[in-house]
Amino acid sequence: MLLEMAAGGFGDRVAVGSRDGGLTFQQLFDRAGAAADRFRASGAGVVAMADVSSVALPISLFGAAWADLPFVPLNYRLTDDELSALAARIAPAIVLLDPEATGRLADLGDVVVLDRQALLDELAEAPVPDGGWDADWDMAGEGTAILLFTSGTTGEPKAAMLRHRHLVSYVLGSVEFMGAAEDEAALVSVPPYHIAGMAALLSNVYAGRRIVQLPTFDAGSWVDLVRTEEVTSAMVVPTMLTRIVEHLDAELADGSTGCGVLPTLRSLAYGGGKMPRPTIERALRLLPEVAFVNAYGLTETSSTVALLGPQEHRDALASEDEAVRARLGSAGRPLPAIEVSIRDEDGTEVPLGLPGEIWVRGEQVSGEYRGQAPRLTADGWFPTHDGGRLDDDGFLHVTGRIDDVIVKGGQNVSPGEIEAVLVEHPAVADAAAIGLPDRQWGERIVAAVVLAETSSTSGASATAEELQELVRNELRSNRTPDHVEFVAALPYNDMGKLLRRVLRTELAHLGDGSTT
Amino acid sequence: MPDMKPGSRFTSNVCTTEVIVVRGAGEADLRCGGSPMLSAGSVPDGGTPDPEAAAGTLMGKRYVDADDTLEVLCTKPGDGSLGLSEVLLELKEAKPLPASD
Repeated sequence: MLLEMAAGGFGDRVAVGSRDGGLTFQQLFDRAGAAADRFRASGAGVVAMADVSSVALPISLFGAAWADLPFVPLNYRLTDDELSALAARIAPAIVLLDPEATGRLADLGDVVVLDRQALLDELAEAPVPDGGWDADWDMAGEGTAILLFTSGTTGEPKAAMLRHRHLVSYVLGSVEFMGAAEDEAALVSVPPYHIAGMAALLSNVYAGRRIVQLPTFDAGSWVDLVRTEEVTSAMVVPTMLTRIVEHLDAELADGSTGCGVLPTLRSLAYGGGKMPRPTIERALRLLPEVAFVNAYGLTETSSTVALLGPQEHRDALASEDEAVRARLGSAGRPLPAIEVSIRDEDGTEVPLGLPGEIWVRGEQVSGEYRGQAPRLTADGWFPTHDGGRLDDDGFLHVTGRIDDVIVKGGQNVSPGEIEAVLVEHPAVADAAAIGLPDRQWGERIVAAVVLAETSSTSGASATAEELQELVRNELRSNRTPDHVEFVAALPYNDMGKLLRRVLRTELAHLGDGSTT
Repeated sequence: MPDMKPGSRFTSNVCTTEVIVVRGAGEADLRCGGSPMLSAGSVPDGGTPDPEAAAGTLMGKRYVDADDTLEVLCTKPGDGSLGLSEVLLELKEAKPLPASD
């Protein structure tokens, strides 16, 4: 397994935690070996964790793999009832919980609740067998490594299944063993129940990069940790970057020395949702030395399948050519081990440049859900349900979920296009476009707009007519919102994903009452 | 000759090298230090690598044959060089990708 190589290759390096006092790769390996023993003896079929990031996370992730049990990171923000329902679905199971939260689960016969701290204490004391732990690594393994419940916007959450061979293909295909220098450290602030949180552990262990964990994100703590732990790389979701940029700007406004800069940070990756152009442009200017990477991927594809690299960011920012500048909003180019195809509703590839559904193929692509038939086609293609197009230079532009497309008068209108134009307006802080029922057109375009708080002081303001005019000029008239509604805030989940379904319900009165 | 199924592990007969097959199919005469490699867990006879195949292996590096039919990953380094029959495998150049997580 990946950790065995890390322990063999650079066992004395710190794997998780502070440079002084963190766990080394060898210690992580030994703890994972002891955890595997513990998990095997329990008779559980899966190892789940409903907890924030801690050193227990990599220990249980690798320990579960070693014991050949799936690891299931559960969303600790769910209600007790929702958590209990998921635990019942994966029983017989071990569920790791925060010491304060061990009472959260209903009393389920086949579910053993483990207190995270008690387990860590136990593993730290566990004796290492003579000659070390015996590791058996089945790289081509069909066994399930990780089960990740999707957010379940409709109906029951589905459990995406990633087998060992998918994850190992991803890591071998995208990370160089011991590619990190000894002084490098990665800050992980994405929660464990997000694929990026899992991929971060695997990639950084294989690269030999020290992992620093931020259990609960806020911009101030993130910036402090980058400075105190001398963090060199990090991965964030768009809402996190927006807050970090605001925090750095506020520091600069205060004006004390050392503010607004992150001297050790060399690389900042982002993904997991649509990045507003103003945020990334501001971030590029605030952090001129940092290499920005936009990573596009899905849970079902073992994380990243395409990325926009550092130089491409800088080139786009500096370019006068709008086509080149537009790449800042793109997902870059597919990874070498990934093929991308844009297809129409019948699954036929569309001519280059035209929009359609993004299909991907590669060894890391799973496309499987527990208890369901695989979604891959016979020749290995996975339809992502994301809409997008490839441009002449092979850059992938992702427009959003196909289900979110607005169909007005038989024309497909992508909400992302409209939103990108609206947020460019200086008075607009955030915007979402949705389709609501319309007797004449099928759907009408409604834009929900949040005005920037600073707009009153800076003098910038916007009227509905002005914003409609902006979209009409930038796009086409059939993209123009039929109605602009000013709202206080847009509904997001805790990962910064816009909840369009909630917004449609909130603004249902703006439709004309016919059903979709 | 052993089967080069992805995931199969082999250990050198003449040094500390261990590898795992990343890509491959069918049987092949995989060697290290000039001597056929053994299935993981076998006890090596010992000895020293053939001087013609003694440049050593590097941990975490991938090695491929000229026809690109076989790719192995070095999981433990040693003094021998990997080969397919008499022909030495080549070190696969890393494709530098920026860290995305």
